[in-house]
Amino acid sequence: MERHLDQELADLNKLLLKMGTLVETAIFESIEALKELNAERALKVVSDDKVIDELENSIDECCLDLLALQQPMAVDLRFITMSMNIATDLERIADLAVDIAQRVLDLTGKPLLKPLIDIPKLAGFAKQMSKDALDAFVNKDADLAASLILRDNEVDKLRNLVQKELIEDYMLKDSSTVTRAVPLLLIARHLERICDHATNIAEDVIYMVEAKVVKHHPKTE
Amino acid sequence: MDNEVKMQAKNVDFFYGKTQALKNVSLDVYTHKVTAMIGPSGCGKSTFIRLFNRMNELVPHTSLCGKIFLDDLEINSPLVDAVDIRRRVGMVFQKPNPFPKTIFENISYGLKVNGIKDKLFIQQKVEDSLKKAVIWNEVKDRLNDSALKLSGGQQQRLCIARCLAVETEVILFDEPCASLDPISTAKIEELILELKKDYSIVIVTHNMQQAARVSDYTGFFLLGELVEFGKTADIFTKPQDSKTEAYITGRFG
Repeated sequence: MERHLDQELADLNKLLLKMGTLVETAIFESIEALKELNAERALKVVSDDKVIDELENSIDECCLDLLALQQPMAVDLRFITMSMNIATDLERIADLAVDIAQRVLDLTGKPLLKPLIDIPKLAGFAKQMSKDALDAFVNKDADLAASLILRDNEVDKLRNLVQKELIEDYMLKDSSTVTRAVPLLLIARHLERICDHATNIAEDVIYMVEAKVVKHHPKTE
Repeated sequence: MDNEVKMQAKNVDFFYGKTQALKNVSLDVYTHKVTAMIGPSGCGKSTFIRLFNRMNELVPHTSLCGKIFLDDLEINSPLVDAVDIRRRVGMVFQKPNPFPKTIFENISYGLKVNGIKDKLFIQQKVEDSLKKAVIWNEVKDRLNDSALKLSGGQQQRLCIARCLAVETEVILFDEPCASLDPISTAKIEELILELKKDYSIVIVTHNMQQAARVSDYTGFFLLGELVEFGKTADIFTKPQDSKTEAYITGRFG
């Protein structure tokens, strides 16, 4: 039996997809702005964030109405509550893209401290994990979500590597590098946090699909 | 609320003998929307809905002040025929009340009473009405069986089809699912959401969740007063009146 609720759930799904697409663009653009040290591109990431914030509010309102008016159960209930979580994570990812863009603005006009090698690798993780998290949500693919969670350790290692290199090879040796090193340090941190939020989304997807709680567990099966 | 008003109650007071059941109630029913009335037992919501098709005047020793309009027509004006109002404003009751006749006759009866004799037209109208009430597939091979053989949920949809056959404009539902199981209830709710595309609907329900699921607008009644009226999403997520909040969160009383 086709339910009226199904249409409303499909509408919610569409809103999340729209938000996800905009968030992916924000990550991509902030990273491109970094590669090019392009202030114009960075500023656009900052100004475009408003639309994503508004979408988060719309999704929250939509979920609240569905919870209050439809009394969803089981898979419907999990989908709606996880949608609220996912919208929050997507919005935080977009904020981190804005943070990266702002660090890019700090860096423009100065020569880069060093050629970027590990940060683009981290950026690659951030882009791919966010994309996979969204794909896992759209396709209700718990396997993809689980594989994504496993990548998070690699990201942490890479971030530590960037941090160690910037501190030990530059900041400690020559304090005049600090103003150019700190933004890079922060960017590595922002990228790592994006991966954390993508991991949160993946955990929510597993709960949504399989009703299995994998949050705060050291390893997934 | 920039909707077209289909029915309107203006400053309505209603009395059973000396007991005042409704106090100065004004409310608009919008075209192609579902309007729900909620409130505890005895709050006046059923009394109120029955004013919309003059059912209360069948109860002795009652009196009404105020006005009720169907479009621009004041329905209690002496020149207006109550039977015509009840054709334009149909009613579905808590307990399904099919006539002790065949399924076909239940639907054709209203047409015949209204003077229609064309058999082909009647047949077509019966089929259309049963289809609109989403019961056609279940009864098309046994139209000559007694309607009383149908299940409760089917009987209720048959009663809805009976309203639709006579070209009703507004359908009043008085606790339409109170005697139905959850599956039949879900079918009636889905049907209400379909019907609102063509009709204006008012529903009285004890089941707050049902009001939340099916209605666009909700009115909360308490002790004969309309405490709050607004969009259903607003009433159930951010009611303005503390009494409404107490009732819908179960803290009432």
